[in-house]
Amino acid sequence: MSTVDRDRPNPSTDPAWEIVIGLEVHCELRTATKLFCGCRNSFGEEPNTSVCPVCLGLPGSLPVLNRTAVDYAMRIGTALHCRVQPSQFHRKNYFYPDMPKDYQISQYDVPINADGWLDLPDGGRIGIIRAHLEEDTGKTTHVGGGGRIHDAAHSLVDYNRAGVPLVEIVSAPDIRSAEEARAYVDELRAILVATGASDGKMEEGSLRVDANVSVRPAGSTDFGTRCEIKNMNSLRSLGRAIEYEAARQMALISEGGTVAQETRHWDEGGGRTGSMRSKEEAYDYRYFPEPDLVPLEPSEDWVAAVATSLPRLPADRRAAVAEASGLPAGSDAVATVVRLGLDHLVDAVVSAAGPPDAPSVAVRRLANEVAADPEAAASLDPASFARLVGMEAGGALTAAQARTVLKAIMDRGGEPEAIASELGFEAMDVSDLEAVVEEIISAHPDEWSRFEAGEDKLTGFFIGKVKAATDGKADLKAASSILRNRR
Amino acid sequence: MTSAIETAARVRAGEGRAADVLEEHLARIAAHESEVHAFNLVLVEQARAAAAAVDEAVAAGRDPGRLAGVPVALKDNLCTRGIPTTCSSRILDGWKPPYDATVVRRLVDAGAVIVGKTNLDEFAMGSSTENSAFGPTRNPHDLGRVPGGSSGGSAAAVAAGFAALGLGSDTGGSIRQPASLCGVVGAKPTYGLVSRYGLVAFASSLDQIGPFGLDVADAALLLDVIAGPDSLDSTCMPDPPVQASSRLGAGVDGLRVGVVEELASAEGLTPPVGICLREAAEALAAAGAKVDEVSVPATVYGLSAYYLIAPAEASSNLARYDGVRYGKRIVPSPDADLTEMYLATRSEGFGAEVKRRIMLGTYALSAGYYDAYYGQAQRVRTLILRDFEAAYRDFDVLLAPTAPGSAFPLGEKTADPLLMYLNDVCTVPSNLAGHPAVSVPFGTDHAGLPLGVQVLAPALGEAVMFQVAAALEAAAPAPPVPAMRRMGGPA
Repeated sequence: MSTVDRDRPNPSTDPAWEIVIGLEVHCELRTATKLFCGCRNSFGEEPNTSVCPVCLGLPGSLPVLNRTAVDYAMRIGTALHCRVQPSQFHRKNYFYPDMPKDYQISQYDVPINADGWLDLPDGGRIGIIRAHLEEDTGKTTHVGGGGRIHDAAHSLVDYNRAGVPLVEIVSAPDIRSAEEARAYVDELRAILVATGASDGKMEEGSLRVDANVSVRPAGSTDFGTRCEIKNMNSLRSLGRAIEYEAARQMALISEGGTVAQETRHWDEGGGRTGSMRSKEEAYDYRYFPEPDLVPLEPSEDWVAAVATSLPRLPADRRAAVAEASGLPAGSDAVATVVRLGLDHLVDAVVSAAGPPDAPSVAVRRLANEVAADPEAAASLDPASFARLVGMEAGGALTAAQARTVLKAIMDRGGEPEAIASELGFEAMDVSDLEAVVEEIISAHPDEWSRFEAGEDKLTGFFIGKVKAATDGKADLKAASSILRNRR
Repeated sequence: MTSAIETAARVRAGEGRAADVLEEHLARIAAHESEVHAFNLVLVEQARAAAAAVDEAVAAGRDPGRLAGVPVALKDNLCTRGIPTTCSSRILDGWKPPYDATVVRRLVDAGAVIVGKTNLDEFAMGSSTENSAFGPTRNPHDLGRVPGGSSGGSAAAVAAGFAALGLGSDTGGSIRQPASLCGVVGAKPTYGLVSRYGLVAFASSLDQIGPFGLDVADAALLLDVIAGPDSLDSTCMPDPPVQASSRLGAGVDGLRVGVVEELASAEGLTPPVGICLREAAEALAAAGAKVDEVSVPATVYGLSAYYLIAPAEASSNLARYDGVRYGKRIVPSPDADLTEMYLATRSEGFGAEVKRRIMLGTYALSAGYYDAYYGQAQRVRTLILRDFEAAYRDFDVLLAPTAPGSAFPLGEKTADPLLMYLNDVCTVPSNLAGHPAVSVPFGTDHAGLPLGVQVLAPALGEAVMFQVAAALEAAAPAPPVPAMRRMGGPA
C-alpha cells in the first residue's frame, strides 16, 4: 500500500466506515471445444490457429451451442445453490477489435442460473445473483506506448480465445472487506475446480475478477456510489485494489467530495486505480434476444442428472473433516486439508478406527507436515498414514517421533512400524515415564512447590527436563498429564 | 427453353449434355447481360468445369442428382468458397469466403451448375435492386424498369433465361416481390426449413433462402433440394422436411382458400393488382376450391413492426463490417485512431439505405427506447402469428397480392424511402409469422407487364401451398415472355 497517503483512512480498520463489495468472476470452462463452434479450447497455442468462420464471426456463419458448456454451467449453478432455469441468449453490442462480430453472445434477463449462495469457510454466506453463460473475446496486445490502446503504435489480436465458453458469476454486494473478497474468490475457485468445470487458474486468465466497490458510514443501510475495478490478475492484487479504492472513496467523501460512478483500471505497478470511463461514457449495449439461437431449455432429467453427478463440494468436505476430527469447520487446519484434497487421508484414519483423537491428530499432521510437501502428499499411502497416526494418538510414538517417521515415509515410502523401529523409536512405557517424572520432581523441589502453588508456566520447565532426560523419546503430552495429575 | 425438371431428366438419362445446356444459357448471358446486369460475377470457367463433371458422371453410369446439369443463379449474399461474395456492397471488397453456404453444397451435391452470383440491393435492403454498389439490375420485360428486389438479380436471371433456376433470400418479400415483377415463380419457405448457414445475415429472425423458377414445379423441386436439417444452423428444424413437390397435380377440389381482406385492400395497391387477385380467386373457385374472404387484422401493422425488427437485427448483424478483419478498410489519415478508422470505413463502405437502416435499428434498440420500439414490434409480431393461426383454423391456404403494382421505372421511388418500403406491405406478414408464401405469375397490367399473386400457407404447409400454386398456374393467362429468353430455342 505504498501509494496510499498517510492521512487517508485505513479502510481495514477504520470503524467509522463500511466497505461494500460485489464481485463479478469470469470463469473459462474447460470444454474441449469453444462455445459455438468446434474449434479447440486450449491455452497457449500459436495466435489465430484455433479459429474458424464461426468464432471469427465471418459473414454468413452461425453459432451452434456446445452441450458440454451448458452441462458445466449447470454444474456451477447447482454447486452455488442456484435455481437452474430455462434461459435465453442475448446479444451485447459494442465495437472492439477483439470481438469478431462486434457483439458478444451473452445472457441478459434470463440467465441459466439465478439466486444462489456461497458459504465461506469462516461461516459467512455470500449471495449469488446469477451465473450465466457467455462467449469470451479475443485477446488484444497493444504494441508500443504504455501497453494500452490509446498510446499504442499498433495492436495485435489473437482470436484463439474468441468464443471460449465463460460463466460469469455475479455476487450480491454482501462482501465487506478485501480479506473477505479474497476468501470468496478462493472458495469460489475451489468450488469451480471441484465441479470439473474449470481449472481455476487466475494466472492464465481462466479466472478473472472485477470488483464493484463502494463505501458507506458504518451502520448505514444505503449503498454508496460504486466504482467497478478491472484488471486484477491475482488474489493479492484484488485485495490491494479494493483497499486502495475504498481508501480513495473514503478520503473523497471525507473531504466533502462525491464518488462518481465509473469503471476504474487497477494499475498493478503504480498500486492505484485510475478512471477508464464514466457512467456517461458507458456503453449502451443494446441487448436484444440472439435470433440465431433457440431458447435453452434443459430437461428436468438433465438438471437432475447434473445435481446427482456433482462431487462433494468444499463446504461439505470441511464439515465432514470437522465432524470427524472435532475441530471447528472454520479452522485453518480443516480448510487446508480440504483445499489440498487430503481429506481422504482423514477418512482412512477414521476407517482404521484407532484411538478417539486419531482423526484430530491426523488433521494436524496433514495441515502441517503433509501440506508442506504436496507432491509427496499425493503418493502418501492412506493405510500407512492411518497406522502412523494411530501410533501417535495411542502414545506409541511421541509427536516429534511421529513427525520424523512421517517425513521418512513421505521421502522414501515404507511402513511406519518398520521405520520407527529402525530409528529406535521405542514406545516408553507409562510407568517408566512416571518414574522419570518422579525423579525430576525430587531433583527440583523449589520449582515443584511453586508449580503446586499454581505457577502453570513451570509446566514448560518440567517438560523440558523430561525431554532431556528421555532423549526425546517421551510422549510429552502424556508427561504433562502426569504432571497435572501429580499436582 | 425447357424446364429445369426436363433438363435434369434429359441429362440424367444421357439424352442431353449439361455442357450444351450451359452453353445455351451462357450465349444468352453473352448477348444480353450487359443490358440487364443480373450478375455481379458470371462464373464461366467454373460452370463449364461443373457441367463437364456432370456429363462425365453420366457417362460413367453415375447419377449426378436431381438437378443434373441445371444452371442455377445464386444471389450474391450466399457464401461461395474462394469466390467473392459481395452482398453488392463496397464494404466486402476483396473478401472471399473460406466456405460454401449449406444451400450451395446441396446444389452442387444435386448436380446443379452454378452460373454466377447475382446482383441485389446492398445487404438485401431494398425492393428494386437499385441500392447496389455495382449499379441497378434491369427488368428483362422492360429495360427501363426495375426487376424488384432485393433478389432482383436472381429474378431477372431466371426471367431472361440466363439460368434455369435461381436462389434468393427473403426477409420481407425479397424473393416474392421480384418474382412478381419479373413474371416468375418465387417462394419464401417456412422459417427454419432451409439452413441459413452461409447466407450473409440481414435480419436473422426473418431471413429465409428460397427458390426462383419459371414454373411452380421447378421452384418446388429446387426447394426440395435445399430444404432439410443442418447441424450448422440452430434455427433450422430438426424434423424431416416437407416435400414441396408432393401434391403438385392434386388440384384444389374441396380446399378452403381465404382471400386476406386487409392485404387485398392494402395502402397503395394499383387497380390491376386487385383485378388479377379477383380473377385468381375465381379461377380457384372454378377449379373446385371453396373461396371466401378472411380477416387477418394484425397484418395491417406488419410493415411498421417489420421496419423496426429488421433494422434492429441488421444494426447488430452489420456491426462486424468494421475494417478490422476483412473487406474494406479506410484509414483517413496516418495518425487516425481506431474510432476514426471505424467511422471512415463504415461511412465509405456502406450505401445510404444500409446506413439509414443501421441508424433506425440502433435507435430502436437504445436504452430507454427498446420497449417502445423493438419490444412493441415483437408484440405485434405475436399478434400477427396468432391472427394467422386463427385464419388457418378455417382455411387451408390464404390468397393475397404479392406487390402493389407491376415493375416501376428505374429511379421512380429512390427519392422516397417510405414509398419504396410500401412494396413490402403484402409480403412482410409471412416473414413476421415465419410462414411460407409463394408468388405465382397471374395476369398483367395494362402495359402487358407481369403481375403475381401470393399463396400463403401455415408453417410447414409447403405441399398444400405449391398444390394451390400449381392450380393457379394452370388457370393463369399465358404469361409474357421476354424476347431475350426466346433466344436459343422455343420459349
